[in-house]
Amino acid sequence: MIEQATEAFVLEARELLAELEDSFLELEDDVTSARIDEIFRALHTVKGSGSMFGYTALSRFTHHFENAYDLVRDGALQVERDLIDLSLAARDLMVSFLDLGGDGPEAEALLVSPEVSAIVERLSNLTGTSEESIEAPGKVEADAGETAAPAPTGVQTFLIRFTPAQDALRNGMRPDLLMRELADLGKIQVSLDVSAVPRLTELDPTEAVLGWIVELETAEGREAVEDVFIFADDADLSITEMTPEISVEETLATEPPATDSAEPAVAQVPAAAAPAPSQAAAQPKPEPKAKLPTAAKSESIRVTSSRLDDMMDALGELVIAQARLEAVSEEISDPTLETVVEDVQRLVMGLRDATLSIRMLPIESVFGKFRRVVRDLSADLGKDIRLITEGGETEIDKNVIDRISEPLVHMIRNSVDHGLETAEDRQAQGKTPQGSLWLSACQEGGEILVSIEDNGKGLDAEAIRARAIERELIDPEAELSEQDLHHLIFEPGFSTAKVVSSVSGRGVGMDAVKTTIDALGGSIHVLSRAGQGTRITLRLPVTMAIIDGLRVRLGESVYVIPLSAVEECVEMDEAESKRDSGRSLLQIRDEMVPYLELDALFGQTAKPDAGRRVVVVRVDGMRAGLVVDDILGQSQTVIKGLSAYHKDIPGLGGATILGDGRVALIIDVATLIRWAETRRDQGPRKAA
Amino acid sequence: MTKTILAIDDSKAVRDMVAFTLEPQGFRVVSAENGADGLQKLRSERPALVITDLNMPVMNGIDFISNARRDAAGTGVPIVMLTTESSPEMKAKGKAAGATGWINKPFDTDKLIAVTRKLLG
Repeated sequence: MIEQATEAFVLEARELLAELEDSFLELEDDVTSARIDEIFRALHTVKGSGSMFGYTALSRFTHHFENAYDLVRDGALQVERDLIDLSLAARDLMVSFLDLGGDGPEAEALLVSPEVSAIVERLSNLTGTSEESIEAPGKVEADAGETAAPAPTGVQTFLIRFTPAQDALRNGMRPDLLMRELADLGKIQVSLDVSAVPRLTELDPTEAVLGWIVELETAEGREAVEDVFIFADDADLSITEMTPEISVEETLATEPPATDSAEPAVAQVPAAAAPAPSQAAAQPKPEPKAKLPTAAKSESIRVTSSRLDDMMDALGELVIAQARLEAVSEEISDPTLETVVEDVQRLVMGLRDATLSIRMLPIESVFGKFRRVVRDLSADLGKDIRLITEGGETEIDKNVIDRISEPLVHMIRNSVDHGLETAEDRQAQGKTPQGSLWLSACQEGGEILVSIEDNGKGLDAEAIRARAIERELIDPEAELSEQDLHHLIFEPGFSTAKVVSSVSGRGVGMDAVKTTIDALGGSIHVLSRAGQGTRITLRLPVTMAIIDGLRVRLGESVYVIPLSAVEECVEMDEAESKRDSGRSLLQIRDEMVPYLELDALFGQTAKPDAGRRVVVVRVDGMRAGLVVDDILGQSQTVIKGLSAYHKDIPGLGGATILGDGRVALIIDVATLIRWAETRRDQGPRKAA
Repeated sequence: MTKTILAIDDSKAVRDMVAFTLEPQGFRVVSAENGADGLQKLRSERPALVITDLNMPVMNGIDFISNARRDAAGTGVPIVMLTTESSPEMKAKGKAAGATGWINKPFDTDKLIAVTRKLLG
């Protein structure tokens, strides 16, 4: 492969030398700086590349030549007839070097030949350099990536303080990689100097604000450590060899506050190596001593979950009372009261987070029971199936766990029954006889992702289409993508199993699964490839007891929209709504977004205000606008269930009590948006 | 995902060498002939690393680096400058413009790989 590059070099060098000849001749008539630059660059390229492609002798010779034109470029040397003669002769020698086909005895001989020596001497006279002072080309500087020879000094401990230059991250430096390089040298302990981290509002994530304090125990010498930071020559760096008498604690005690000094701290630093906002926010002024992890044993006590529910209820009431307090304080507008209200608000938030965290359980508790389900089922069906679980330690609200357990069982049954094939079928398709079923969970922001994946036969899109047409779920002519077809399995009354087996098909369809997930404020997504398998992913909120909500006004009533679903708020284009195109679409920048007039939908009779607003929401990648009279603000919302009588009203997910004591209904965005989406696909339909 | 490396050099031999060295390492190498061409490729190819020569026609490497750093596509992307001038001034100029690191020419394939790994992990 390098041979090909060498060929390219020879070709290129020949071209350059041909051009050089012309350039030198043109110099006789006209000296322009552009032409001088061109000559210099050509010589420079031949010199630089020559030594890389086995033409070291050529490179060494060209070096003298280049020096001369460097001076010409700087104006220190005049272009005269003499120089041009010399240049042409030197160029011809370069061609001779090239003709020799690379380094070897012949090239060496040419380099010391009287002919070459004479030219070199004349060039050296022009540039005023003696040959000895010229750096021997071909010498590779000890540089990055070349680990210096290990110093035979045994294990040493270095204390490294490293504060990158402010623009280091923008300039492509990755402190995390440097830490990893250090870790490769020996044992490291990393702590962070966060003293320069500004307040979150002033934080520029592209700026390097962290300092790194590393204790490195290594058998490599100081040079190896310095090599790691070779490119960080603009950083504030100190590498101190620690003598055994000075303990790290003492050295660190004089340091600005440091965070957790455990090694995983490095792994937590995001790839961009900018301080994560949460990190910065969580520890604006940590006290080093107090924050250092102590060997605390985790003690636990058992309480019944009903007590936790009571506590949660009380907390809910407290949040509501606090909202009322806030409302009262706004009316009175007394600075002393406002301070107290702010304090209370902060404390309630803290209490909320603490209480919610108590209710968190590792999802393993529900994963565990599926092992048995899979084992028994596969035995019943005569299949060989292995269940693999991942991320069982992911924590999720107990109530959410309780409610997803049944849908999960259903989906696992589906996979075992319909998805995974028998050992014979699998072998016939060249698959391993044993089928695999993966159950995994992980947290992503404020959401928990639970996925059920199998390497079975995948969903049959055509069978789904046929079934959907039969059930009149879609128009026979409808053009749906494979993905859209797959999602039809969540439609009410859909079941593909031709034979209702004893295992699945107990009347609980995937639509029931979707309903449950929607009710939890989550979403469901299916990805399937014929012959390869199916993955169903659930996105669930970490908690469902208290959410952040956006209060909106419709006539006299207040509704709450879960903030997690809100994308933006825009002004209503009244002209559009009056146009009565029957399409109810709103142009937001480049995209057409279907919208719903909530007042009509919820039977509000009051005449709509002028200047209405549209809250753009997104669920499962679908967008819709909800038209409201006004946007009131954001607040914590304690979700209360609706009575059995009201439970089935589409588009409502619960109720809450507002700061002024009034009741507000919480909008179930998922149901609404799906309705809006079908309306867009199927054309106009009268609002309810 | 395959990471893309952008090699900017007016010498095809050097561009080829970068490609022939780094492609077997699992990188995708795209090349540009000068700084201006490089800026365009930076925006269209979104490379994970840029290796650029300094002395080039049309737009030189230093100008490329400072332009790249002012561009959203170039913010945070490691840029390695190739230089035969191991003179501290050239290095300092490049660093001031925003270069992440450098490789002194002549270099061999091992060194190219080592620096690439150092900057990309």
